[in-house]
Amino acid sequence: MSCVVEIRDLSFTYPDGHKALDHITLDLAHGEKVALVGPNGAGKSTLLLHLNGILPRQTGEIRVSGLDVSGKNLGRVRALVGLVFQSPDDQLFSPTVFDDVAYGPIYQGLPAEEVRQRVQEALERVKMSEYSSRVSHHLSVGEKKRIAIATVLSMKPAVLVLDEPTAGLDPRARRTLIELLRELPITMIVASHDLPMVRELLPRTVVMDQGRIVADGPTATILSDPDLLARHGLEQ
Amino acid sequence: MLYSPAPMHIPDGFLSIPVAIILWILSIALIAIAFRRVSSDLGEREVPVMGVLAAAIFAGQMLNFSVTGGTSGHLLGAALATILLGPWASILVLTCVVGIQALIFQDGGLVVLGANIFNMAIVGSFVAYAVVRLFQRLSGGRRWGIIGGSFAAGWASIFIAALACALELALSGTSPANIAVPAMGGIHALIGIGEGLITLGAVTLVLAARPDLLKSGQEHARATVWVWVTGGLITLVLAVLSPLASSHPDGLEWVAEQAGFLEKAREPGLSIIPDYTFPGISNEAVATILAGIVGSLLVLAVALLVAYSRRRKST
Amino acid sequence: MHANFLDPYQEGTSPVHRLDARIKLILVIAFILTSALTPAGAWPIFTLLLSLVLSAELLSDLGIVFFMKRALLALPFVLAALPLLVTVDGVVLLALPLGLSITQQGLERFISISLRSWISVQAAVLLASTTTFPEILHAMRALGLPRLMVAIIGLMWRYLFVMVDEVLRMLRARTARSGESEFSGHRAGGTIFWRSQVAGGMAGSLFLRSLERSDRIYHAMLARGYDGEIRSLPQPGLRPVDWLVLFIVLLLLLSLLVLSRILWG
Ligand SMILES: Nc1ncnc2c1ncn2[C@@H]1O[C@H](COP(=O)(O)OP(=O)(O)O)[C@@H](O)[C@H]1O
Ligand SMILES: [Mg+2]
Repeated sequence: MSCVVEIRDLSFTYPDGHKALDHITLDLAHGEKVALVGPNGAGKSTLLLHLNGILPRQTGEIRVSGLDVSGKNLGRVRALVGLVFQSPDDQLFSPTVFDDVAYGPIYQGLPAEEVRQRVQEALERVKMSEYSSRVSHHLSVGEKKRIAIATVLSMKPAVLVLDEPTAGLDPRARRTLIELLRELPITMIVASHDLPMVRELLPRTVVMDQGRIVADGPTATILSDPDLLARHGLEQ
Repeated sequence: MLYSPAPMHIPDGFLSIPVAIILWILSIALIAIAFRRVSSDLGEREVPVMGVLAAAIFAGQMLNFSVTGGTSGHLLGAALATILLGPWASILVLTCVVGIQALIFQDGGLVVLGANIFNMAIVGSFVAYAVVRLFQRLSGGRRWGIIGGSFAAGWASIFIAALACALELALSGTSPANIAVPAMGGIHALIGIGEGLITLGAVTLVLAARPDLLKSGQEHARATVWVWVTGGLITLVLAVLSPLASSHPDGLEWVAEQAGFLEKAREPGLSIIPDYTFPGISNEAVATILAGIVGSLLVLAVALLVAYSRRRKST
Repeated sequence: MHANFLDPYQEGTSPVHRLDARIKLILVIAFILTSALTPAGAWPIFTLLLSLVLSAELLSDLGIVFFMKRALLALPFVLAALPLLVTVDGVVLLALPLGLSITQQGLERFISISLRSWISVQAAVLLASTTTFPEILHAMRALGLPRLMVAIIGLMWRYLFVMVDEVLRMLRARTARSGESEFSGHRAGGTIFWRSQVAGGMAGSLFLRSLERSDRIYHAMLARGYDGEIRSLPQPGLRPVDWLVLFIVLLLLLSLLVLSRILWG
């Protein structure tokens, strides 16, 4: 069991008949940091939502840490997959930062002492320790983004899943976020249009277009293939 | 897909026309007052603020939390809107929500819409306001008054609205008071707990993030003493009247008959073979069959028409 | 995420779709009123009302099944009328245990109420599924709903889908973090109170964000010259065929009503 995430032949069609995923096969090894790039509507978000069973698998197979993503495993899988949504506002719905970061551990039924400890660790990881008692509503976008990441780190996930993490950030907030992600010793898959970040942070790149994986390899190779990038609307 | 947060949206057919009309008149009068109040408070901002918040309350009714074994708690929103916006704005916002639910989603009837607006928007907001004010007075503006007040306002807005709903059903002769009142009251005493808890959670968040909103809500409400007096009266009257009505269901039926709300039940025994004559037909069974035939012919004719026009289109 | 599934309007070009929304609104309300005023036990009249609404459904080209499914909505409320079966005095049809008995009059009233609500709901579904929301809004304006109310409801409809999307995304984000610990000793889910406070927090943040959004919208409206006055273009006139349908159907409903009142009232 060397792979954290194993996806075999996964296809998905939305209720309105739109085929968003078309025979996706993808493996993520332990500690790997992978970029998922592709034009808008390629199916990146749809794929990420499958990783913890928010969208139910239609055909194919997904396993996370060896667990089949479905049925009675969903509870476990959701703790193993830290899914950070694109808009942090959707993820922060508690009165204080502490409450938000504590949601996962409390839901898991951990004892109070451990909850506090996990929250503290997670906030330290995103360099926001002193924000614990702040009100999420008033934070800046960059701060909200970091808190959103802390809300899943507190679950001690096996894989961190980020959907367009740098979208809407100013250069300084973006820089802070990149440094922070670099230091996280954890498997991650990041959907993004931010190719400079991909180059800097994620050694492997998977290109998606129209629900299919059209390229998969070392970031350096893929990003230096202008034809490939142009064909899939990613020219720099 | 969609659900009612609480089984309180009366469909068409369940209220007698006089009851429905009286509640329409009451609702329209109060909505008109609400409009005047809110316009003078918000001015030009009225349209965007009311419209967006109505959308938010509508969407907020999808928020839920699981209780046990597949049941869940929901938000109706009258108490929350009252606490955050004051009673008049809350009436407007909920009127829009209840109206759209009836018109577009058939959640509650159209002819009885006045009654549903009355129960959920008006009784809900007035009662919530009375409870909130009571807690403010008792606590002298301290934090526990806001916390306890939000929970109690949420609970009471649901419970009292349900009693109003039960009494209307009883007055219409649709459901006997001695069953409707305890049943509706009992169910909604439980559902109200969910409403109270969510309202509490929401107010806690607003208190943390924008305490100024709660203050301003209280200030421009101070001028309207009679609202909370009325709200208190509605609460008292319904809370006293309902058990009374339910222990003397015949009394309520008597009132309803006197007021002409109820079609008088015909004398038993006389109606088995009614003594009227359809032109040329002397029996209800025959009339029913005839109506069935006429109806089927109508439906058949339309079906043929549709099929015919389709054929013409496709060729 | 797309909350468009909320909109009950079904595309179409049937005669029912093309009938003026003002006429449709009036007729649907007249129809529901007629069924509400038809006395209990007037089965022939109910049958005719039902065939009327069924015919309109056929004409709408959406299929009867669609309407039957949507019409189930009113069903649960029938429970409220169920006690009538045993509480109305009259000729005993069926004796039940506990000294209760189903009477003919009780049965008659129960079935009449259920029938009324069933056919009324169908009429309402017909209106909502063959008329776009802006048309309904115009119709309400034409029938005397105050301008301000129409403007508020219009704005509400515009942002309804945005808000519902927002709620669905929040619920999704909550689900994504609702995991179980690897140690089976921990019971997942937290307490009911805690869960209710999380849901309440969502309601509170939805409210705050909406309030801020309404400010932005207000400024955008000002920027385009909004001065608190709601203006709208005059509505087109009614076609002769609209008048004809209005007249015939109203006449039909009125005669059914009069007949039912004379014979069963
Ligand atoms: N809820 C939905 N219903 C129908 N189609 C959807 C839904 N969500 C996304 N889609 C469609 O699926 C495709 C993939 O969307 P998405 O996964 O969001 O793409 P990406 O994240 O790569 O931009 C798009 O064409 C989008 O329009
Ligand atoms: Mg996306």
